[in-house]
Amino acid sequence: MQQIRNFSIIAHIDHGKSTLADRLIQHAGLSNDRQFRDQILDNMDIERERGITIKSQNCALNYTAKDGKEYHLNLIDTPGHVDFSYEVSRALASCEGVLLLVDAAQGVEAQTLANLYAAMEHNLEIIPVINKIDLPAADVERVKEEIMDELGLDAEAALKCSAKAGIGIDEIFEAIVERIPPPTGDPAAPLQALIFDANYDPFRGTVISCRIFEGTIKAGDIIRFMSNGATYKVEDVGVFRLKLEKHKQLSAGEVGYIIAGIKTVSDTRVGDTITNDANPAATAVHGFVEPKSMVFSSVYPISSDDYPSLVEALEKYKLNDAALEYEKDSSAALGMGFRCGFLGLLHLEIVQERLEREFNQSIIMTAPSVQYKFTLKNGQNIIVDNPQYYPDPTTIDIAEEPYVKISIIIPERYMGVVMKLCMDRRGLNSKFHYPSTGRIEINFEMPLAEIVYDFYDRLKSVTQGYGSFDYDFIGHRESELVKVEILVNHEPVDALSIIVHKENARARGLQICERLEKEIPRQMFKIIIQGAIGGTIIARSTINPYRKDVTAKCYGGDISRKRKLLEKQKEGKKRMKMVGNVEIPQKAFVSVLKSVED
Amino acid sequence: MSPQTFSGLYIHIPFCRTKCPYCDFYSCTDLHFVHAFTAALEKEILFYCTSFPSADTLYLGGGTPTALPDAALSDIMASVRKQIAISTDAEITIEANPNDLSREKLAHLRSLGFNRLSIGVQSFDDAMLQFLGRRHTADEARRSIDFAREAGFDTISIDLMYALPGQSREGWTATLNEALRFSPEHLSCYQLTIKEGTPFFDCARMAAFQPCAEQDEAEFFMFTSAFLEERGYGHYEVSNFARAEKFQARHNSKYWEHKLYLGLGPSAHSFDGRRRWWNVRSVEGYIEKLLGAADETPDVIRQETMPAGGSELLTDEQLRMEALMLGLRTRRGIELEHVLTFPHASATLQRLQAEGLLIVSSNRATPTTHGLLLADSLALRFVE
Ligand SMILES: Nc1nc2c(ncn2[C@@H]2O[C@H](COP(=O)(O)OP(=O)(O)OP(=O)(O)O)[C@@H](O)[C@H]2O)c(=O)[nH]1
Ligand code: SF4
Ligand SMILES: [Mg+2]
Repeated sequence: MQQIRNFSIIAHIDHGKSTLADRLIQHAGLSNDRQFRDQILDNMDIERERGITIKSQNCALNYTAKDGKEYHLNLIDTPGHVDFSYEVSRALASCEGVLLLVDAAQGVEAQTLANLYAAMEHNLEIIPVINKIDLPAADVERVKEEIMDELGLDAEAALKCSAKAGIGIDEIFEAIVERIPPPTGDPAAPLQALIFDANYDPFRGTVISCRIFEGTIKAGDIIRFMSNGATYKVEDVGVFRLKLEKHKQLSAGEVGYIIAGIKTVSDTRVGDTITNDANPAATAVHGFVEPKSMVFSSVYPISSDDYPSLVEALEKYKLNDAALEYEKDSSAALGMGFRCGFLGLLHLEIVQERLEREFNQSIIMTAPSVQYKFTLKNGQNIIVDNPQYYPDPTTIDIAEEPYVKISIIIPERYMGVVMKLCMDRRGLNSKFHYPSTGRIEINFEMPLAEIVYDFYDRLKSVTQGYGSFDYDFIGHRESELVKVEILVNHEPVDALSIIVHKENARARGLQICERLEKEIPRQMFKIIIQGAIGGTIIARSTINPYRKDVTAKCYGGDISRKRKLLEKQKEGKKRMKMVGNVEIPQKAFVSVLKSVED
Repeated sequence: MSPQTFSGLYIHIPFCRTKCPYCDFYSCTDLHFVHAFTAALEKEILFYCTSFPSADTLYLGGGTPTALPDAALSDIMASVRKQIAISTDAEITIEANPNDLSREKLAHLRSLGFNRLSIGVQSFDDAMLQFLGRRHTADEARRSIDFAREAGFDTISIDLMYALPGQSREGWTATLNEALRFSPEHLSCYQLTIKEGTPFFDCARMAAFQPCAEQDEAEFFMFTSAFLEERGYGHYEVSNFARAEKFQARHNSKYWEHKLYLGLGPSAHSFDGRRRWWNVRSVEGYIEKLLGAADETPDVIRQETMPAGGSELLTDEQLRMEALMLGLRTRRGIELEHVLTFPHASATLQRLQAEGLLIVSSNRATPTTHGLLLADSLALRFVE
């Protein structure tokens, strides 16, 4: 056990975590040049397409250090985007140390701080690493100052590297071995294995990722989930080494996988502890703090026949994304579905995409909402994150919406545009602070609803990509809210209604009407789209019917082509929802959700 | 295929003297291939005559069949009659270009047994004819119809085009009135469709002209239907009108009634009730396939030498969809029994009736004129 080192690579988004992981993996001789591809641990298609890490990934490496001993390292590459911070916090629970990367040109950013605090909470050894020193804009001295002043770490202990160019990799390995402590635990004690992730394999059942804190586990053992008592016989254990590598056993201090023919998806819960059925541990390992959903949206199958399949898909999906919360929901327009909680809008987008791509679901998601609080005149307090349950306005005494404190770090020259952006988004009580020359940190108190919508995209665009931001929930505050309903041919479409601040109501209503106008295909009759508060129409658009829909000629040679067109349209119809007599395509629901016009 | 059913026989003549800029039919302007084409066609007929031994409609379409020299037309008709029994009361149609129709040509066509002539007049307005790139004038069109009557054609169909860029209601009415002066037995009135890959498509895209607006197309359609109905022409299919029921195109109706047809010649499609297949598009490809390989045994023609371009075996579901979509293009409409095989059909029928697009009787659902104007979307309303 003295030769084991468990560590995560953490950093702000894009500071080079996955690229550094590549170098470590190659250095350890794990991947030959033919198999290798950049950001090799980003193995999901969406990660590769978007160029960001979404899931934490484990990789076991062997390293022979200068002291001549062979060390067993377990590296975890983590995501940098704030919406996936739950992935980071769970990764940290299996580690004794972290490499905290800082981009030599960008310096310390919002997520650098947030991740540092998370690592400190777990009492981990922190090795600051200044990455991208090969960049012409790299300013190592300045970044060292920031590490000292902003992070409060010893700048002299910081390593310098270029993950891309492969500079400074040996030093990193040596520092991992020398500075990160080995895990503790007793291989002979009763088993305590913390589940920090899982995924479902159709052939082998649930594949559990866990950290062994105490004891030993091997094939043939009967294990028990401590939260629900379910027992299984272990088929396989091993470690992650780009693929699963079978080992004889896993012992205290190790990170690896367990396969035990688990077909009942719901038995496995991330955060639960696995013990040995015959020789159980007295207590479970401290699990994870439940993630706090920030954004809520409902998901419905496009065809109600697909509801059972969605139920199953969500259950399996949740195994692999512990941050998703969901519960049953139903809508007059869209039928049975689920209300889901997400850590942010990107998270929502990823969930939607993964459900469609990995689980073949055709789904519709409703406009995202935050959690509002209402005090009714009868004294009752209610929490509403779904516009469907917006209380009768005449009964509301006090309405409150969630506020966050946001922190934005930018080069000073963007201060003006960022201030304006924040004020436009109802930002209050601004504070400034200059972490180092030329850079400024701006704090604002702002309604969460204003940032979940499209704030991050806007910030990126006004700062040409230089703005980084983080936020913390600070509580609910009184606000003037209204519910904007969307009516299609005078029928309210519950799934399209939104709760917004009074001042934004007209603009949002109009925007939704316009987007629907663009996305709903013309039909045989006129379609009127309206936005309304109570009975008052605040926005409106119309879609004229088509007047003619017939091809002039249809003879022997035209029939196949015409039928194929009809078949294609038929397929398209499957992606439509009937609301009253109007067919609304899935695209229309999605367009309402989209933040910026493409 | 049951032997007692007569099929419709279509022969595609892939030649035109000049190409019209709106047309996306397959045709070639190089008449040098005619000889080889007729030889290839003869072989194709030989191959299919066992499975399609008889026909009660024969349709020579194109292209421009009348662009063929007399000898070639004679050869083709001889090959057909030699192998396939054409019933005595068969409808035998040829598509004709007005300025091919000399008295001599017409006499020859009569002698070959053609009893129905479909003349591509398109317009009686010289400016419109020029715009359409047609090689005849309005006068030539008038004269050709007179000649055809003289030659003894008692079933004449006139093809007209409307909803042309810049066409006025008055202009179109004048063309219709001129056509009616000849009391044609049948009229096909096609709205101009601008198809991708044609010169017109590029013109429209480069805004060289302004295509007719959809709203105007719709009005033109309703007007044309009412105008001709009032004058005794039954609007029996989206683009087709007949002076009496017996003058409805028998061959073309087979397509709409989902009956069997054999199509010969480049790009022609065939349907045997279950399978549809089609020939290669190009004349050269067609000829080469049929005549390229010398046969070891000349009397056995192998399937491999057929100029197949593709085929599909239709599922029951696809057959049902086709029957529906085709039926909804005609005033015969479609049997209720058939419609009711689609999910939620009775609700859809009710709704379409309420919208004034369908009339539901005891055993059929028939589109109204407005329904014909929206025929494609009617079909879509039933499928899900
Ligand atoms: N010049 C230079 N570029 C680097 C270096 N390390 C990483 N990059 C580039 O920085 C970009 C982001 O790298 P990633 O490794 O995907 O960053 P990450 O921290 O894993 O990003 P997330 O997972 O999305 O948080 C890529 O374009 C890399 O090629 C480096 O040392 N030098
Ligand atoms: S004559 Fe007929 S087939 Fe030939 S190009 Fe013109 S429209 Fe097309
Ligand atoms: Mg990454």
